[in-house]
Amino acid sequence: MGMTVVEKILARATGVESVKVGEVVEPEVDLAMSHENAALVINQFLQVYEGTDLDPHVWDPDRIAIILDHRVPAESAKTATNQKKIRAFVQDEGIGKFHDIRGDQGGICHQILPENGYVRPGAVVVGTDSHTTSHGALGSLAFGVGATEMAAVWALGRVLNVEVPGTIKVVVDGTFQEGVGPKDLILHLVGKLTAQGANFKVLEYHGEAIQSMSTSGRLVICNMAVEAGATSGIIPSDDETLRYLSDEAGVEEAIEWVLPDIDAEYDREIFIDVAELSPQIACPHRVDNVRPISEESGRKIDQIVIGSCTNGRLDDLETAARTLKGKRIASGVRMLVFPATWRIYREALRQGFLMDLVEAGATIMNPGCGCCLGIHQGALGDGEVALSTTNRNFKGRMGNPEAEVYLCSPAVAAASAITGEIVDPRAGGF
Amino acid sequence: MAKVVLKMEDDISTDIIYPGRFMATVLPSETPQFTFADNLEFNRQLVEGKVLKGSAIVAGYNFGSGSSREQAASTLEGHGLIVVARSFARIFLQNSINLGLRTIACPEIEAEVGDELELTGDRVLNKTTGMSFEVEPLPAARQAIVDAGGLIPYARRLLVSEAK
Repeated sequence: MGMTVVEKILARATGVESVKVGEVVEPEVDLAMSHENAALVINQFLQVYEGTDLDPHVWDPDRIAIILDHRVPAESAKTATNQKKIRAFVQDEGIGKFHDIRGDQGGICHQILPENGYVRPGAVVVGTDSHTTSHGALGSLAFGVGATEMAAVWALGRVLNVEVPGTIKVVVDGTFQEGVGPKDLILHLVGKLTAQGANFKVLEYHGEAIQSMSTSGRLVICNMAVEAGATSGIIPSDDETLRYLSDEAGVEEAIEWVLPDIDAEYDREIFIDVAELSPQIACPHRVDNVRPISEESGRKIDQIVIGSCTNGRLDDLETAARTLKGKRIASGVRMLVFPATWRIYREALRQGFLMDLVEAGATIMNPGCGCCLGIHQGALGDGEVALSTTNRNFKGRMGNPEAEVYLCSPAVAAASAITGEIVDPRAGGF
Repeated sequence: MAKVVLKMEDDISTDIIYPGRFMATVLPSETPQFTFADNLEFNRQLVEGKVLKGSAIVAGYNFGSGSSREQAASTLEGHGLIVVARSFARIFLQNSINLGLRTIACPEIEAEVGDELELTGDRVLNKTTGMSFEVEPLPAARQAIVDAGGLIPYARRLLVSEAK
């Protein structure tokens, strides 16, 4: 019997020939990522050692990454103290992959990892963040875990009691229309699967639309795989994976591809033709409440957000800048732009995208997650409506249970900033 | 006997259980003050100690969806609550097992606020309506963590035995 990508990765990481769906394995971890919740991981990690005569030290400081991104710079004394505690731990344990709040190294974890070459095809990546699924874009098995689970990984170097997940094969063919892209694809797919449709499963992406998609777009569709409940999203490695790793992530050593077997067994297969796809909108308060833009056109918006681990990459900022260059954001609308990392920020600065956006009326924020989950700037007022390129629209998500969040692509967000209401970017004039 | 104190729909996210704006509070000893913080009435009852330990929340499918925040499990565990849901989201379920929050997957469960549930391990009996529902057992590997008293003692045991 052939194996899916995930089965191959778990077999290798467990040191066995093959694994089957439902089998319990304890894979070795190639990369263990945390952000500010490392403060809780440290607490739990020390508890694991309590009452033993062992010195608490992490199993491998080179395989741990910690990125400060959720509340940066600190919004409160409590956060600043947590961040201080993390820095001290990083120093004591010699953790190398640490990204502090600095313009020369910082940003959102799910973009820091790929752009620094920390993720490789075939790797097992765990992160104390549900959007760790992003890293399947580079052919790794990447999934979110809680802080206590991570404490056990820091101590033992492996994830305990992982059930080999089944795989849903998603075949995406066709060519996107102008103004439609990966974000519309994943919103459509989440709507189709529902918020629990892929629970305990992995989404393995195939098809010509995936082959011709850049790693930036692949990160989007893997990032939001978790919104259908998926353990992870994964893209079998190909030429684009190698191009990204060598040209953009500075990886020099040879990369091994991990591909599914031809006779791999899938839970189910889903076929999508993107040629027919229109821009998609996820309506409050569920990510799977997805409608074509025609049903939501004209809805008044108070705040536009472009950024986050989902859509804060250079191509997203470029789309926004091209749309808004020489134009004005509608009166009464505020537009917040959060580049995903400082590397992207610097490049967008160099290429003039940020200037175009600021001149149109946008506010450029520093890279970080805060606005998306309502914990650091960009909160909504009672009854306000946001249109955002982020990944969740749960009630209260952007800091106020009395507000509403609609999710969309950067093209839709930028065009709608001009009109002040949801508008189809294909309508022209943008 | 567990009295149902809250009934919830499908897809209850961890943002509902523990809103993001309280995430700077991480320690299990401190998170219970913010349980369902946007449900002011229920939060007040919990914080004022008016909800008995061992009370149950009954929910639909996919309870705990969304963010991996472990506070969502520790905040419920801190009040001694039990969650009986039709199904659970993956990370939340794992966090609950790791922290000792009692979660019961009961795909057919039907109960209302005020009902008394008898939890026998393999069944949930609604004493108020007389209806009885099958429980989906935990996979053996997860049960082993529950039996050890949570992931911290479980991992500690492994660590000590492997260090020898």
